[in-house]
Order: sequence, then structure tokens, then C-alpha cells
Amino acid sequence: MAEFTLPKNSKVRPGKHYPAKDAKKPRTFRIYRWTPDDGENPRIDTYEVDLAACGPMVLDALLKIKNEIDSTLTLRRSCREGICGSCAMNIDGTNTLACTRAIADCASGDVKIYPLPNMPVIKDLVPDLTHFYAQFASIRPWLRTQSPAPADKERLQSPEDRKKLDGLYECILCACCSTSCPSYWWNGEKYLGPAILLQAYRWIVDSRDEDTGARLDDLEDPFKLYRCHTIMNCARTCPKGLNPAKAIAEIKKLMVQRRSV
Amino acid sequence: MSAAKKDLQNPLKRARGLGSAQSGVGHWWTQRVTAAGLVFLSLWFVSLALCLLHADYATARAAVSKPWNALLMIVFLTTVFWHAALGLQVVVEDYVHTRWKEVVSLVLIKFLAVLGALAGVLAVLRIALTH
Repeated sequence: MAEFTLPKNSKVRPGKHYPAKDAKKPRTFRIYRWTPDDGENPRIDTYEVDLAACGPMVLDALLKIKNEIDSTLTLRRSCREGICGSCAMNIDGTNTLACTRAIADCASGDVKIYPLPNMPVIKDLVPDLTHFYAQFASIRPWLRTQSPAPADKERLQSPEDRKKLDGLYECILCACCSTSCPSYWWNGEKYLGPAILLQAYRWIVDSRDEDTGARLDDLEDPFKLYRCHTIMNCARTCPKGLNPAKAIAEIKKLMVQRRSV
Repeated sequence: MSAAKKDLQNPLKRARGLGSAQSGVGHWWTQRVTAAGLVFLSLWFVSLALCLLHADYATARAAVSKPWNALLMIVFLTTVFWHAALGLQVVVEDYVHTRWKEVVSLVLIKFLAVLGALAGVLAVLRIALTH
């Protein structure tokens, strides 16, 4: 059965408290901590950060904590401008990017920060995305053609056809949507999830791709595609404002279109 | 042992799994068509039920045995059981992950749905044909 409660060794306990000294604008951050090294249960550590001496984004606060308060705090980050997807985590109850989420936009009270839900945790805020990336590789996300490439120019695309990729090409594979999807929680082993299906549609709708039929063949499966029950968490949580649910609906429409009703 | 074996596999092996079942679109489409049909059939069924609110047994029997009512009742019952079986199948596939429980539930759902539909049709036919 689907698991609705945490296993015993995953139950989260209260952790350490790091108070701020002489802070002008203190704000409390409650952060999920777990390390594979000590055999302990996960815990929530509480950090008080002086926002008067901190950047505006949640990532700024996390890096301030790591640099000045507790260097053991582990997280992924790279571009700090919402294009690499490394710092995806659950902030204030919503999956989003720490670098584009302003501290001021979090609900009043403590800012709660957890790793992406229902993924194996490597350490602290770092989830194991191996299966997610393997699922991305499984859709063979590149231009697949039968016709030979033009000898001395690239494959052309009209501005109208290029427009069809808007709302799709912006996906940075941060996994916020897939890990917010209950269907992906219960059946992530087989269900591809919103991010990968949006990426699949990005190639299906590409006017230069010639393998549309095979792409649809690969997706025509009760679990790979049809676990989407239009719960819409994906569209609500996407930090880039994309709508994976719509891309999935478009794939379902194409599935019907190519068969006899 | 099995964990070590698993570690030797590329993650892509696990992600590709057994491949596509080449089905699912029929289920999805039928679920939507039966749902759309049930919008109208349910309205008809509720209106018929409201008409029979204070009627005695003989009046109700006579109403069901009218040709159009009998026909629509049979269509309504079969569509309800068909749609219910498709919907329950999704629920079981979503949440039941012990394979033998999943198979038993799915077979049972289909069996009970066919049984229910046949019983309903038989009941309406008896009323319609023996009046």
C-alpha cells in the first residue's frame, strides 16, 4: 500500500537551537537536518538570522547560516538566479527555488525549510534525484529525425512553430513539480511525473522532430502517462510559472487523436 | 546481495522498466465518455425517482416497465457499473502496491461490476416483460 506515515527511523525530532546575538531584524528558520553518518533520526534545527545583515532571498539566509552559524548545513546551489534548478526545496510548505523565493514573501512566523518531498535524502536539503534524471534520459530528450540533416544549414523552424515551445523550453528540471505530485509520490517508480512529461511534450510538439509516433508509443501506458489525475499541484508549485498539467493534457489529446474513437 | 546487484545496474534500466504497455488511452477515453453520458442519464434517473417519490409499488413498477424508461434504466445501470469499474481500477492501481492484492482487487472489481450490471438489467427486464 501507499505509505501515509513516516517509518520509525524517519520520524522528525526537535534539534538544536542557534539564537542570534544583538540582531536588529531577527527571523527564525526551522530547517530539516539528517546525515547518513550518525544513525540518528532526522531533526529540525532552529536558526535565528539577522535579516539586517542578510540578502533578501531564502538562499541568502541559508548561505549566511552555512557561512556564519553552522557550516555542517548541506544544500545544493549554483546560479542563484533561478536558471540551474539546484536549490529546489520545500520552503514555507511549497516546493520552490531558494534563490528566487524572497524571505519577505514567506508566511509570517518561522520559515520552515525541508528537502523536496518523498525523495530519498542524501543529506539535509539534498535529495537523491538519480531516478528522476534516469526517467528524463528514458524519453530520449533530443531531436530525433529520419531525414538527413541539411548539408550546410540548421533545420529551420517558422516563428509560429517556435512559439509552440514557449512555456515548455523554460523548464529547468528542478523537480519541484514532480515531487509535489501525489501520483508521483505513490507511483514514481513507473509514473514519469509532470516534469518529464512536459519535457516529452516539448519534443513531441517540436516541428523539426520526426519521431512523434514513437514518442507517443513510449508514453502510451497506464502508469507512465495515465497516473496524471489533474491534481494540478505541478502548475501551482512551478517556480518558473509553467503548466506541466496542460502539457500532459495535450499529450492525452494526441493519444486520442491518432486512434479511432 | 540484491542491493549490490541493483547498484551494478544503470539507473536507466530501472527507469525504462518493462517498457510501455501500449494501452491506457482506451481506458482514459471510455472513462470520459461514460462520465459525459452519466451527466444526462443521472438527470433522467433523478427526475424519474422524484416522480415516484410518494408512489406505491404498482405505480413504480408500471413506470419502470414503460419502454423508454426500461431502456434508459438499462443504459443507466450498465453505464454506472462500467464507469465505477474503470474508476475503482484507477484507485487500486494508485494505492495498492502488493502485487497479489492488486491483481485480486482488480479482478474482483471487474467481476462484481459485471455481476451488478447483469443483475440490474435482469431486474429491469423482468419488470418490463412480465407486466
